[in-house]
Amino acid sequence: MNKTLLGAVLACSIGSAALPASAATEIQWWHAFTGRLGDLLAEQIEKFNASQSDFVVVGTHKGNYSETLNAGIAAFRAGEQPHILMVFEVGTATMMAAKGAIKPVYEVMKEGGATFNADAYLAPVKGYYTTPDGEMLSLPYNSSTPVLYVNRDALTEAGLDPDMDLSTWEQVDEALGKIKEAGSDCPLTTAWQSWVHLENFSAYHDLPFATKDNGFTGLDTELAFNAPLQVAHIQAMGEWARDGKFLYAGRRNEGGANFRAGDCAFFTESSAGYAGVKAEASFEFEIRPLPYWSTVKGAPQNTIIGGSSLWVLSGHDAEEYKGVSQFLSFLSSSDIQAKWHQDTGYLPITTEAYEQTKAEGFYDKNPGTDIAILQMTSKPTTANSKGLRLGSFDQIRGIIDEELEAVWTGDKDAQEALDSAVARGNQLLRRFEQANR
Amino acid sequence: MEKRVTFRGWRLPLILILPQAIITAVFFFWPAGQAIYQSAFIPDPFGLKSQFVGLGNFEYLFSDPYYLASFRTTAVFSILVTVVSMSVALWLALMADRIIKGTGTYRTLLIWPYAVAPAVAGVLWLFIFNPNVGIASWYLDQLGYDWNHKLNSGQAMGLVVLASSWGRISYNFLFFLAGLQAVPRSVIEAAAIDGAHFWKRFRTIIFPLLSPTTFFLLVVNVVYSFFETFGVIHTITSGGPQQATTILVYKVYADGFVGQDLGSSAAQSVVLLVVVGILTVVQFKFIERRVHY
Repeated sequence: MNKTLLGAVLACSIGSAALPASAATEIQWWHAFTGRLGDLLAEQIEKFNASQSDFVVVGTHKGNYSETLNAGIAAFRAGEQPHILMVFEVGTATMMAAKGAIKPVYEVMKEGGATFNADAYLAPVKGYYTTPDGEMLSLPYNSSTPVLYVNRDALTEAGLDPDMDLSTWEQVDEALGKIKEAGSDCPLTTAWQSWVHLENFSAYHDLPFATKDNGFTGLDTELAFNAPLQVAHIQAMGEWARDGKFLYAGRRNEGGANFRAGDCAFFTESSAGYAGVKAEASFEFEIRPLPYWSTVKGAPQNTIIGGSSLWVLSGHDAEEYKGVSQFLSFLSSSDIQAKWHQDTGYLPITTEAYEQTKAEGFYDKNPGTDIAILQMTSKPTTANSKGLRLGSFDQIRGIIDEELEAVWTGDKDAQEALDSAVARGNQLLRRFEQANR
Repeated sequence: MEKRVTFRGWRLPLILILPQAIITAVFFFWPAGQAIYQSAFIPDPFGLKSQFVGLGNFEYLFSDPYYLASFRTTAVFSILVTVVSMSVALWLALMADRIIKGTGTYRTLLIWPYAVAPAVAGVLWLFIFNPNVGIASWYLDQLGYDWNHKLNSGQAMGLVVLASSWGRISYNFLFFLAGLQAVPRSVIEAAAIDGAHFWKRFRTIIFPLLSPTTFFLLVVNVVYSFFETFGVIHTITSGGPQQATTILVYKVYADGFVGQDLGSSAAQSVVLLVVVGILTVVQFKFIERRVHY
C-alpha cells in the first residue's frame, strides 16, 4: 500500500518535471548588462522566444563583467553552470585554457545544424576569439574600439578651428597647450587607460604588447609594453597631467561624466560611449580617429577591440545545445546585429550588418559613427594588432592601472612604472602558465 | 573561590556541547582544513586540474613586495579604525551618560549608523567625497584643498578609515554606555565630594572600571577591522590607489575571486588565520592582565 503510494508520488513528480521540458527547453544565459544595454538584450531574447516554440532563453544579470565571469566559474565548480556565459575580452585566455569547461562555438553550431558562417565576422573581431587555425571558440557579442571624442565648442572658445587636423598626438599636444592657456581645467581626459593608451596604443603603432604574438601562440608569453615608444607616450601623458592638460578621473569610464558635462575638450573612450555622449552633451561634439605619433613608421595600423563574447559551457544535453546553436545563429543574423550596432554604438560585428547599416543611411545621419569600424578595418591585421590573449589579464590590468596612476601623480617616471608593471604582470603570467600546464 | 558545576556521567555534557561542536567543525575546522590543503596547490579556475607545489604558494607570497606592504597597510588601518572608533565612542558615551533631557533621542541617533551595512556605508561616504561630484570634496576645493582619493594614497586611507569607523562608533558606544551605567554612582559621588574633578574621576575610577568593556571592544574591533571592513574597501577604493588600501583580507578576495588564483588565495587565508590567532593570544596574554573584572 505504502509502496504504491510512493510510486504514484514519484510518477507524478517525474511527470510534472518532464512536462515543461517537453513544451520548451530552457536555455540559461548569464550576462553583465543593465540599464539600456540590458533592455536591448532582453528585447533580443524576447524576439527569439517569440520566433519559435521549442526553446525558451532565460537571461540573468550577474553583475559587472568580472562578477559575471566569477559567477560562471563558481557555478561550474558546483555543477550548476548556465548554457551561455558572457565573458569580457579580458577573460578570453582564461576561458580558452579551460578546455573541459567549454564547448567551442564551432562545435555547437556543427552539431546543432544551425546556419553559421564564421567568415561573416569582421577579421579583427573574429581573430580575437578564434584558434590559430581559424576555429571560432566563442561568439562575438558586443565589440568596441577606442576613438577620440572632441568638444568642438571648447576648441572654438580656445581660439582654435574646430575642424583642425587632430590625427596625430603632436597636433593634439599643440591644441592641449592652447586650450590650457585659454583657462580650461580639463583639456584631455580618458576612460580605460590601459586599454586605450597601452593595449590599443601598441596595436595602433604595430608594436608588441606581449611576446608570442601577444600571447596568441603560447602560454609562455611575456609582457613587452615597456619599449621606448610606449614609454615616450606615457611620459608625454605624465607631463600633460603635471601641467594640468590631462585630467585623470578613474580607471573605468568616470571621465565620461566630465566630458559629457562639457568640462573637457578631448576624451579618449570606447566607441560604445557614443549613445551616452549624444544623449547628454549640450555642446557640439564629434568623433575623430584615435591619434597616433607621426614619428612612427607605418602608423596608424589598426586598433583592437574590447567588449564581450558568448561562451557555451559544457555539461548539458544535446537537445539543449541544439537550442543554444539556434539562439546564437539568431544573434548573429544581420538584422539583429545592425540594430544592436545602431542602438548602442558597438561595432557592427559582421560585414553584412555594416553594409546594411550603411545602406540604411545611418552613417550619413550620424556622422562619425563609422570612424571606429574604419579605424579597425583599414589595414589587414598584423601579429601585433590581432588582439591580446593573456592569462590573469584582469589582474594585470589592475597592476597597469596602479602603475599608471603613479605616473599621473608624479611618483614614478614612465620607464620605472612600465618596467614595474611588466615585471609584476609577468609573475602573474607565469602562475597562469603553471596552473594550465 | 571558584564555583564548579559537575555532571554525573559524560552523556549529558556531550549532548549539550554537541551543537556548538558541530557548528565549529562544519563552519570553521572543515573550511580551515580545506584552505590549508588547497594552499599546497595551484588549481586552474574551473577546478579541472591542479598542480601540487608544496610550499610554493607561500614562497611566491613572501617574495611579493606588495604582499609584504599589505601587512603594514593592514596594521595601520586596523590601529586607526580601532583607535578612532573606540575613542570617539567613549567620548560620546561619556557625554550621553551626563545629559539629563532627551537621552533616548540622543542614544537612538548615535546607535543608528550601526544598522547601515558596511557596503552601503562605503557608497554613502563615496558619494560625499567623490572627487567630481561629492559635496565634501566641493567644499574642500573651495578651501583650496585638492581632494582626489583615487590618486592620493593618504586621502584614500583616511576615507576608508573614516567610513569603517563611522558605523563602528555606534556599536562601541552601546557597550561603553552600558559599561558606564554599571559604574556605581556612590563611588563617583564620593570622589566628587573629595574634590576630584571630572578628568581625575574618569582617569582613576571610571576608566579602570570600564576596562573589561574596553578589552572586549579592543579584541572585537581589531577582528572587525581585519575582516568586516571588506565592504567599505571594496566600494570606496577597491584596494587602490597603488594598493594603498589593500588590507590582507581584500587581497585574499582580489587574488582569489578576481584573479582566479585560488592557490595563492588559500595560502593567504592560512597566513591570515595565523596572524589573527597570534593577535588574539597576545591580547589575552598581555593586555587582559591589566583588566580588572
